[in-house]
Amino acid sequence: MSQEPIRERMSGNEAVAEAIRQVNPDVMPAFPITPSTEIPQMVSSFIAGGKVDTEFIPVESEHSAMSAAIGSESAGARTMTATSSAGLALMWEELLLAASNRLPIVLTLVNRTLSGPININCDHSDGMGARDTGWIQIYAENNQEVYDNYIQAFPIAEDARVHLPVMICQDGFITSHAVENINLLPDQPVKDFVGTYEPEEFLLNPGKPIAVGPYSISAYAMEAKRAQAEAMENAAEVILEVAKRFEEMSGRSYGFFESYRMEDADYCMLIMGSAAGTAKQAVDEMREEGKKVGVLKLRVFRPFPEKQIAEALKNCKAVAIMDRCESYNGNCGPLGSEVTAGLYRNKVNLEAVCYTYGLAGRDFTTTHVKEIFGALQSLVEEGKKIPHNQYIGLRTKK
Amino acid sequence: MSNGNYKLKAMLQQPERLTPGHRMCAGCGATIAIRAVLRGLHKEDHAVIGNATGCLEVSSYMYPYTSWEDSYIHNAFENAGATLSGVETAYKALKKKGKLKEGENYKFITFGGDGGTYDIGLQSLSGAMERGHDMVYVCYDNGAYMNTGIQRSSATPMYADTTTTPVGVNSDGKVQYRKDLAAIIAEHYVPYVAQTTLTRDFTDIHRKSEKAIYTKGPAFLNVCTPCPRGWRYPMEDVMEICRLAVETCYWPLFEVDEGKWILNYTPKQKLPIEDFLRTQGRFAHLFKPGNEHLIELFQQEVDKRWEDLQYRCNREE
Repeated sequence: MSQEPIRERMSGNEAVAEAIRQVNPDVMPAFPITPSTEIPQMVSSFIAGGKVDTEFIPVESEHSAMSAAIGSESAGARTMTATSSAGLALMWEELLLAASNRLPIVLTLVNRTLSGPININCDHSDGMGARDTGWIQIYAENNQEVYDNYIQAFPIAEDARVHLPVMICQDGFITSHAVENINLLPDQPVKDFVGTYEPEEFLLNPGKPIAVGPYSISAYAMEAKRAQAEAMENAAEVILEVAKRFEEMSGRSYGFFESYRMEDADYCMLIMGSAAGTAKQAVDEMREEGKKVGVLKLRVFRPFPEKQIAEALKNCKAVAIMDRCESYNGNCGPLGSEVTAGLYRNKVNLEAVCYTYGLAGRDFTTTHVKEIFGALQSLVEEGKKIPHNQYIGLRTKK
Repeated sequence: MSNGNYKLKAMLQQPERLTPGHRMCAGCGATIAIRAVLRGLHKEDHAVIGNATGCLEVSSYMYPYTSWEDSYIHNAFENAGATLSGVETAYKALKKKGKLKEGENYKFITFGGDGGTYDIGLQSLSGAMERGHDMVYVCYDNGAYMNTGIQRSSATPMYADTTTTPVGVNSDGKVQYRKDLAAIIAEHYVPYVAQTTLTRDFTDIHRKSEKAIYTKGPAFLNVCTPCPRGWRYPMEDVMEICRLAVETCYWPLFEVDEGKWILNYTPKQKLPIEDFLRTQGRFAHLFKPGNEHLIELFQQEVDKRWEDLQYRCNREE
């Protein structure tokens, strides 16, 4: 590690704001929405206090936030925004345009459930709803990870092999508002790590005008989409390269996912976001009792590391795939669909049970984790049939 | 209506910033208006042109060809205001950080049809105007969603026959009168708002465009631009229809400069509205026997609005 860490305590929102202060982007259009509101507030305070020279655009909606971000990034300015839930849903059309125009915008998403019923608490339905918009999506377990992911977002997005927008996700309230210890990096190494934004082509380039956002007939449009898909494929190696560089600076190591006590695990819980901490705690306690259990915490959801997940699970007997999102497809949530398809394509055959948990902020505890591992074990060892799509922590009729 | 320094012939010798080869219709008022607006840009200045989805966009930038000499951005239908406000803010940010060359000046102009401006893009436009971005929003108002096939908008005049207000035994065409968008934007208290159209010497649109582009802060131009497909007229009539729009006071020429309402033209003899209506197939049903009262109601609305405008322009400071 090249620098002494700065020990601090702060919330996930504060950690992202701190990273923004260090990166000092050119432009931030944003519209407030719980629980991400603090981020534009804090950036506005940095601007008012002379700590950054970012231009803030107080837009009148999230649709306009992403529209202005597209204009700004196309013009050649490093641009970022923040939102949650309905805000991301309102941006949906523009998310697709940001990605298809190959603009390396960074959006920090504080995950909150989508209406209805209206509710301000955490689940992943907002991020999952945008899973096919062409954005890279990186999820965090805690404030440290969201800070580290945010700093890595710009070099990933702006890499010439990628040129795609990046969504840095953290769980609403659980991560965004809870204050935890954190190791911050000094300003200068972060600035050096992120570097300056030097786009190849941009609107404000005298003598070299460009046109952005064409009408494209069928003879051309399909190639554009394929090129975009290839950029997403390229993102995988770039994410790992950037993580390696980040480890050299910080001493903290990142990949597509974290394998926690997976070396000899028979039973695995595949989970994303803050609930991974709960799962790890339960696994520690079960390991004390001699149970061979582990956690696979997914960090990178887009691009989806299908092969690597299949490889990590190939020696397990059963996996619980945990979705903090309902897909309304009659089968399971989005992670359940994608992981099981990936296992099949990679010819890894194990019991896979899909669970829906924590919707709209419903508690998820170590007791739930232990019950799930117990169910997996009785499925494998006693042949006890269980439904392959289950809800956790649901109220039951008295 | 004439301006001493302005010579149309000389202006037309300048290089075009919207080059020929685009796919807009012959007899389209919008194309003529856009070229006129762009002539308001000084030769030495760069521009970024924004564009809401619409006829102009799909006809002027079809990959891999563009008709725009300046940098150009189309994003979506409802967000031309927000998109250009992002571009303009990036310009401020990059200038501040010394990332742009000294002496290279950019102006920001965005074009939207009435669908993208009066209706789906109104919020984005209002936000951009209220935030005070240094940009010009130009609405080419052809009074319906022409790109999707002549559906009514809130800019469509009363009784117009459109594909969502078709004339039939139970319908006289559009029921409502049109929204006054120039007045709505003027109520944002932006530095400059003007309403104009194509006149024989193009002085009015030229002067207003130049003023809008070189006024610091947000400016809005509302330009009446006939559409031969939607209005149903022979393409060579476009200039005559614009003249009648002004002479009947259907489309008065006015500007609101720093809050002061100024009437730019008063017809010597205000022509009856049927002179304007008769030129267009979309109003043909109004001239059938038994529909005289509809023309009368149309005339009353025109008169009322003309009086309102005169009141605004004549009130004491």
